[in-house]
Amino acid sequence: MFNRSALLNIRGIGHHTVDIVWRLGYASRFFALTLASSGTSFRRFRLIVRELYFTGVLSLIIIIVSGLFVGMVLGLQGYHTLQTYGSESALGVLVALSLVRELGPVVAALLFASRAGSAMTAEIGLMKATEQLAAMEMMAVDPIERVVAPRFWAGVISMPLLAAMFSAMGIFGGYLVGVVLIGVDEGSFWSQMQSAVDFKEDILNGVVKSLVFGLAITWIALFEGYDAPPTAEGVSGATTRTVVTSSLAVLGLDFLLTSFMFSGL
Amino acid sequence: MERSKLDLWVGLFVCAGIGALLILAMKVGNMSSVGIGSEGYTIFANFDNIGGLKPRAPVKSAGVVVGRVTSIGFDNNRFNARVELSLDKQFQFPKDTTASILTSGLLGEQYIGLEAGGDSANLASGETLKLTQSAVVLEKLISQFLYSKAAEGDTAKK
Repeated sequence: MFNRSALLNIRGIGHHTVDIVWRLGYASRFFALTLASSGTSFRRFRLIVRELYFTGVLSLIIIIVSGLFVGMVLGLQGYHTLQTYGSESALGVLVALSLVRELGPVVAALLFASRAGSAMTAEIGLMKATEQLAAMEMMAVDPIERVVAPRFWAGVISMPLLAAMFSAMGIFGGYLVGVVLIGVDEGSFWSQMQSAVDFKEDILNGVVKSLVFGLAITWIALFEGYDAPPTAEGVSGATTRTVVTSSLAVLGLDFLLTSFMFSGL
Repeated sequence: MERSKLDLWVGLFVCAGIGALLILAMKVGNMSSVGIGSEGYTIFANFDNIGGLKPRAPVKSAGVVVGRVTSIGFDNNRFNARVELSLDKQFQFPKDTTASILTSGLLGEQYIGLEAGGDSANLASGETLKLTQSAVVLEKLISQFLYSKAAEGDTAKK
């Protein structure tokens, strides 16, 4: 007959699966509720501006510095590879396309998830643990309307801006290394880049990508914070889960979006 | 409602983000050149073989980009490829212009080269080019070369 521990294992798997589906449904309801109650944060735009400062402005330094370095590394590596084919002049195309299409949105989103997403989760989780959210409810203030929705919209607004800055800084870094340091011809660097990069196909698609990433990251971060067990351990676990889940979500979504956007090319 | 230092920083942040987007659009992308923004007109060209031509490939005349390939389809009546070209309004070409598919460099991308003819009337929107030259297919070239070599060998033996 069945071994008792095997039976327990199977039951555990089933319990786990049901739990995941349950959480997903709860997260979807949370998302819908956030969208439905975001009217106040637009009427009182001050709330969003405050959160924009914390998620956007404070993430600027890490985004700009890492964008610069990613671009510089791309310039260096790209030059050494392209040189073997005698086509160093295509360095601008390589740097610009890889940044605008992929690296800009994705790396900026990963940095955003670990810089701003984790902070959001920890903040809301602590608010819940110290019963600030419950206190708000007691005062007939909807915590989702007052706390969650402004953070959500601030994340969605700041993500594309940060990704654009990341790409621009990266291209500048590639220019610094390629043209100023190594000495690739400046004219062909820019002109080949301009003829290869399309505004609609490449730049706008990159913006759409970063919008979707911003939506996913802030959703996951806010939900993890809101759903965190109200203990020190629970908040730390939720913060870790935010970074892991949103990074995986960004990479998975990136594959999906890329296959939709660039399949025709 | 008062203004605070926070607003200034957020304003700077939003300005920097939009500025970065503008830089990407103007300096990196081809927003300022042919294709988007400028008025264009459409002409068609039928080719027996388009080789590796792709949508959005440039259309050049005398090396200058004058338009782009908008779409590539198959003509069911003539059994060849029908290519739709969008040309910039400021470039007008005579009716007997020749379109040929060329390659930039040895391994470069394929583009359409337009060579103006001598007709006094200009191409209008929606017209089809009559004179076209297909892409060079490497396999055909090689097989032609091999056949002619083989034929040479035969005549030399006789």
